[in-house]
Amino acid sequence: MHLSPDAMIFWRYGFIKLNGTIVFTWAVMILLTVGAALITRRLSTDLVRARWQNFIEIVVTGMVKQIEEVGLPHPEKYLGFLGTLFLFVATAALCTVFPGYSPPTGSLSTTAALALSVLVAVPLFGIQEQGWGGYLKSYIKPTVIMLPFNIISEISRTLALAVRLFGNMMSGAMIIAILLTITPFLFPIIMTALGLLTGMVQAYIFSILAAVYIAAAVRTRTRKPELKPAPKT
Amino acid sequence: MDTTTIVAVASIICAGVTTAFGTMGPSFAEGKAVATALSALAQQPDASATITRTLFVGLAMIESCAIYCFVLSMILIFANPFWNHFLQAAGK
Repeated sequence: MHLSPDAMIFWRYGFIKLNGTIVFTWAVMILLTVGAALITRRLSTDLVRARWQNFIEIVVTGMVKQIEEVGLPHPEKYLGFLGTLFLFVATAALCTVFPGYSPPTGSLSTTAALALSVLVAVPLFGIQEQGWGGYLKSYIKPTVIMLPFNIISEISRTLALAVRLFGNMMSGAMIIAILLTITPFLFPIIMTALGLLTGMVQAYIFSILAAVYIAAAVRTRTRKPELKPAPKT
Repeated sequence: MDTTTIVAVASIICAGVTTAFGTMGPSFAEGKAVATALSALAQQPDASATITRTLFVGLAMIESCAIYCFVLSMILIFANPFWNHFLQAAGK
């Protein structure tokens, strides 16, 4: 039984080896890129649209709306990053319907890479929005005493992002593997269906949490003028 | 009992206890969160989008505690560093 797709090794040449995580990540990347390229090759702007164009539009407008609701003022600016996170994690989870596939997000290295990209992206967006001084000042926001705690929270939430996604994906694969040895036919199918739902929820949560973190880094300055109309919500 | 047996017994017992207590707290918390969200939804159906999103994010936060415990017990059973260390020591 594999704990993660890291243990499945397809090809090895000395120090370099291709494990399941890399291969399945590439497969998901190819699927996403080729799919998006094929769909957006012939876009129509009138009312008659292709089925797939409608699907993509629903996905993209849904993501834009969600990002906006979190409190980010210009969602298109963050759509590239957050949308990619969501699409990758969701596709990695949805592809479990193919036999022989195990989600690359079930490996701690993939999720750690995703969480590290969030860790890097949050200060980048924050600095872009309010400058070096404004962003760095947000670390000592209530008082200077909070500085170490703010830094610790920055690191611990990255760890939490990585371990949460990894744990959910890995537990789904592991429960299916255990059930296969106990009750071979019906139960694993039900658990796979449940795993699809869990994967979608985790993809949603991962991107929403990243959006919340970015919103917290971006919003600090612009919140001040909004204090007056805030109580009506 | 030699050292490897003690390590094995302690790992298995700790894995079970970790999952048992580690899922108990988050399940209480999740039940409370869902119950509160449902009553909030019943009072203000208009705010359902905000309540649902906050509920999901909160549930993910709570659930991550249970996930930490699960990962820990999986490490204890399948990838125990002490077990591997003693196996290596016994091999030498």
